[in-house]
Amino acid sequence: MTPAQVLDRAGLDRLIEALSARGYRVLGPTVSDGAIVYGDLASTSDLPVGWTDRQEPAQYRLERRDDEALFGYVVGPQSPKTRLHPAEVVVWSGEKTAQGFAMAPPAEPPRYAFVGVRPCELAAIAVQDRVFLGHERDAVYGRRREGLFLVAVNCTEPGGTCFCSSMGTGPAAVDGFDVVLTEVVDGRDHYFTAAAGSERGAELLVEAGATEAKKGQAKAAAGLLEAAAGRMGRSLDTTGLADLLRQALEHPHWQEVAKRCLTCANCTLVCPTCFCSNVEDTTDLSGRRAERVRRWDSCFNFEFSLIHGGPHRASPAARYRQWMTHKLAWWFDQFGTSGCVGCGRCITWCPVGIDITAEAAAIRDNREVL
Amino acid sequence: MAKPKLGVFKFASCDGCQLSLLDCEDELLAVADAVHIAFFPEASREYIEGPYDLTLVEGSITTPHDLEAIKKIRADSKFLVTIGACATAGGIQALRNWKDVTEFTSYVYAHPEYISTLETSTPVSDHIPVDFELRGCPINKWQLVELVNALLHARKPNIPTYSVCVECKRRGTSCVMVAQGIPCLGPVTQAGCDAICPAYDRGCYGCFGPMESPNVTALAEWWRSVGVDDRTLVNALRGFNAYAEPFREASDVYAQQA
Repeated sequence: MTPAQVLDRAGLDRLIEALSARGYRVLGPTVSDGAIVYGDLASTSDLPVGWTDRQEPAQYRLERRDDEALFGYVVGPQSPKTRLHPAEVVVWSGEKTAQGFAMAPPAEPPRYAFVGVRPCELAAIAVQDRVFLGHERDAVYGRRREGLFLVAVNCTEPGGTCFCSSMGTGPAAVDGFDVVLTEVVDGRDHYFTAAAGSERGAELLVEAGATEAKKGQAKAAAGLLEAAAGRMGRSLDTTGLADLLRQALEHPHWQEVAKRCLTCANCTLVCPTCFCSNVEDTTDLSGRRAERVRRWDSCFNFEFSLIHGGPHRASPAARYRQWMTHKLAWWFDQFGTSGCVGCGRCITWCPVGIDITAEAAAIRDNREVL
Repeated sequence: MAKPKLGVFKFASCDGCQLSLLDCEDELLAVADAVHIAFFPEASREYIEGPYDLTLVEGSITTPHDLEAIKKIRADSKFLVTIGACATAGGIQALRNWKDVTEFTSYVYAHPEYISTLETSTPVSDHIPVDFELRGCPINKWQLVELVNALLHARKPNIPTYSVCVECKRRGTSCVMVAQGIPCLGPVTQAGCDAICPAYDRGCYGCFGPMESPNVTALAEWWRSVGVDDRTLVNALRGFNAYAEPFREASDVYAQQA
């Protein structure tokens, strides 16, 4: 990482412009229908200026801040996954020809630059890199990932469902970015300390006009991050958790969660690391044109585990157990990392507020029943 | 192979679902090319007797005459598909199942003695075996095209039975329940509409009926915890799919408490 530099808002605008000029489609947090989601950025005024979010289990509300902070909120329902692993994508299409069958190549995806990616989201991208690129290269993800430019923003104000400190993924980004910013709003003083994590990131900072940070500025940013680490809305005790869960497959608590669980799949769809999809082949009515479409799927869906004779995870208890033990235990065996990054989305966006940290704690606290 | 013969029949319903077939516009010609429309009074005066390869049945069973007619249609059909909330769940008119229908007829008709009707409005599958059900009020025309397509190519139709939430998330709609506090039936309702209502800041009305594993009690208890009263809750559950078992049972529980 380069020594701390600093940008003001105009500098950040220049940074966005420079990314556009390089041919990136620049995405960042934007306000839409009562939530902050990833949308197109032409300048910093497209960001949720002066907004914050209040998050609790099954509750998300936007509120006005009393300053003009550009990044004064945490993560919304969407993550970079929505673009890197699209919800719906045509894998290939083809047409009957006189000779047989001709396949059309899939459309070339845009080159994305994300501005305002949070440390937990960087961690989630690193997890999906292992999933999609670790063994075999997934072409859909790979083509979108390779051109990606990431401008991260550290979290100085964790939300009510955040627990990245517990998962070791935040609130400050360590790697996986091209540029990382920390926003400081101190009365009239409003600036972003900046560091490059790659050569192209360093070039971009030069182009945006970043200057060397004053000692006080770097110190102020570091202080905010240190304080943030102690202000997480949630925590998850990960000590021996994977082993604990591996041994808790018959724990009565799964049945207790199943009474509340809607099996609606929201937790998996908002999760930035969940990667499951379904592949459907279709033809048009004439049978001349065929298409293979990949869509997000979920282990909470009945058909997901449907085999001859029925689904092998018929009960909601089995489905919740599968999801949670996969995230917190089996993921280590499969991908060598946790499947949970502590972003809190599954807690906020569960329509009935099921809290993975509370369910894990309930199992830990009642180990003796096994 | 000869073109499959299509028959379209209706019982107690508004005709909206069979109109979805005519609403296919660009695909309509392709459909008409692929199947022989043998009986479809909304579309054509032609009437060719059965048996039919594909029969679409709209509407619920509400009269003694319906009871006989549906058996004859079943006998005349190879592959019988019920379409829409009326045919698959009894429809909005199944609200009569909680009331006294004789009392209704005495208010509505000058000569109620001419009216021959059943006590209840019930789904077609209560009376005959049904090969497939297309849900919705109305059905989604793309699902109808998919069904015809699957039949033509002898494959299983891709008609999902998971929740509406999956469609909201795929299209990028932020949850209206979580972000705006709007009560929504999406988590217990089957997908198929492409989650239209939440995309316009409305809660789901449950038009496609219960999803594959609906936990209506859990959702209802959450609504109550955020201040929805039991009367509102019962009214929400007693919509177009009121008589579908999971909605019916939960609505009965909360109606007693309301």
